[in-house]
Amino acid sequence: MTDEPASAVAAAVADAHRREWAFVLAATVRVTRDLDVAEECAQDAFAAALTDWRTNGVPARPGAWLTTAAKRRALNVLRHRGVERRHLPLLVEDDVVPGPGEALDDGPAGAQLPDDRLRLIVTCCHPALDRTAQVALTLRLMCGLSTAEVARAFLVSEPTMAARITRAKKKIAVARIPYRVPSAEELPERVDAVLGVVHLLFTTGHTTPSGDELVRRDLVERSIELARMLRRLLPEDPAVAGLLALLLLTDARRETRTGPGGRLLLLEEQDRARWDRGAIAEGVDLVREALRARPPTRYALQAAIAAVHAETPSWDDTDWREIVALYDVLTRLWPSPVVALNRAVAVGFARGAAEGLAALDGLSAEPQLAGYGYLPAARGSFLRRLGRTAEAREAYAEALLLTENAVEREFLAGRLRELDPDPT
Amino acid sequence: MTQYMILIYEDEASYENASPELLGEVMQAHNDFSAQVEQHGAKIVGGEALQPTGTATSLRAGSDVTDGPFVETKEALGGFYVIDAPDLDTALAVAKLCPARFGGVEVRPVMTFD
Repeated sequence: MTDEPASAVAAAVADAHRREWAFVLAATVRVTRDLDVAEECAQDAFAAALTDWRTNGVPARPGAWLTTAAKRRALNVLRHRGVERRHLPLLVEDDVVPGPGEALDDGPAGAQLPDDRLRLIVTCCHPALDRTAQVALTLRLMCGLSTAEVARAFLVSEPTMAARITRAKKKIAVARIPYRVPSAEELPERVDAVLGVVHLLFTTGHTTPSGDELVRRDLVERSIELARMLRRLLPEDPAVAGLLALLLLTDARRETRTGPGGRLLLLEEQDRARWDRGAIAEGVDLVREALRARPPTRYALQAAIAAVHAETPSWDDTDWREIVALYDVLTRLWPSPVVALNRAVAVGFARGAAEGLAALDGLSAEPQLAGYGYLPAARGSFLRRLGRTAEAREAYAEALLLTENAVEREFLAGRLRELDPDPT
Repeated sequence: MTQYMILIYEDEASYENASPELLGEVMQAHNDFSAQVEQHGAKIVGGEALQPTGTATSLRAGSDVTDGPFVETKEALGGFYVIDAPDLDTALAVAKLCPARFGGVEVRPVMTFD
């Protein structure tokens, strides 16, 4: 029994927190049937690890150690609370699942009960909760972020986020949202809600709505970890494969999206040699698999579009007809103004700026795109290429009013300066 | 089991102008609904249809009696069911079947006092 150095133990606990938090919490919820108590017990287990692992060494399976510690603590809490509390479990569960009396030695990922995290994430993303509550609960319960961290990620104050999380947890308990893996019949719809949350986390992190940095790294990494976890839990699901592929292929370009001084670089300007080839290879394999499902899922098609870019050696070689064809399928299966906008941009590259502009003009009346800065930005780009400078300026000026992201603002302001007829 | 109230909100004007055939259809839909609830693992323990809001009288704390509903809305509370269900998913599955062709329904857990 050699004493482990404190720094090594702290690093091991931090690593376990990152990898195993959701597993430990999800298993503990089945004992406590109360999210708050389970969170406390899981937190206590991680705190206990900091001292225990110094004396006894870091266990071979940290997740199993932490789960056992958290569940043991949960049983103690339940005993202290007396029987009456157990008659009123806050969360409803399947009858077939072992209750509080079950064995304490369930292992982490891949062990006897791999579904626990799936139960937890479908509960966090239950359709009876609004999207902001789903996102907040997912970050808090699945990723183990503190309320302060969740608040920071969504640029709201900590009391606001705390109130949002408390309300959501109360609704789960009082309205009795079940802690259960949905039936095969309901599963696709429920998984779709989960994927929507993971995708929103990624896009929020990928281009933050405001602030100085283009990418909020932590949200991107957490969303990819969640997608990987879902892939392990639902290996046959083509929508899950498609989403993971989309995130990997988009994130592969991360390092090249801004240039010196944090300037925004368009796909056209990015140094493709610096794209993450490992992520692209993994993403492309997943796309191939996801596209075998008929009809293809929305995420598989979006990932296929990202894959075309990822596998093309240079901007000039881009097969825009292929990309337009993929957008055509996507528009047919999932019509949305945002997809139509992206398709119009691809049309502009496949068939020329005039045709792209015509495709965009059909979208200007879309209420969903009012206030969406990418529409005037795309118009500005086509007008600029057509030499219609005054109109291009107007479009870029409109786009500038619609984004709070500092990097995007600088890009648009730069375009305006270039087009200035009378530079001072 | 938890009790949930399914509150039915509908556009009253649609019923004022409804033909006897349509009213018969709505009645039949409610009968069919009642017959299906148990197949979903829930049970109806109560429910009523209400007279239109034109017959309502409201009393607000500290003010006079007024003629009309407490809140004026296009879709007004027109009736309710109280069901026993094991969880919200079951209650929502039942609520999805509840007839409300001129509006929709709201599901609320009933408070319990120990």
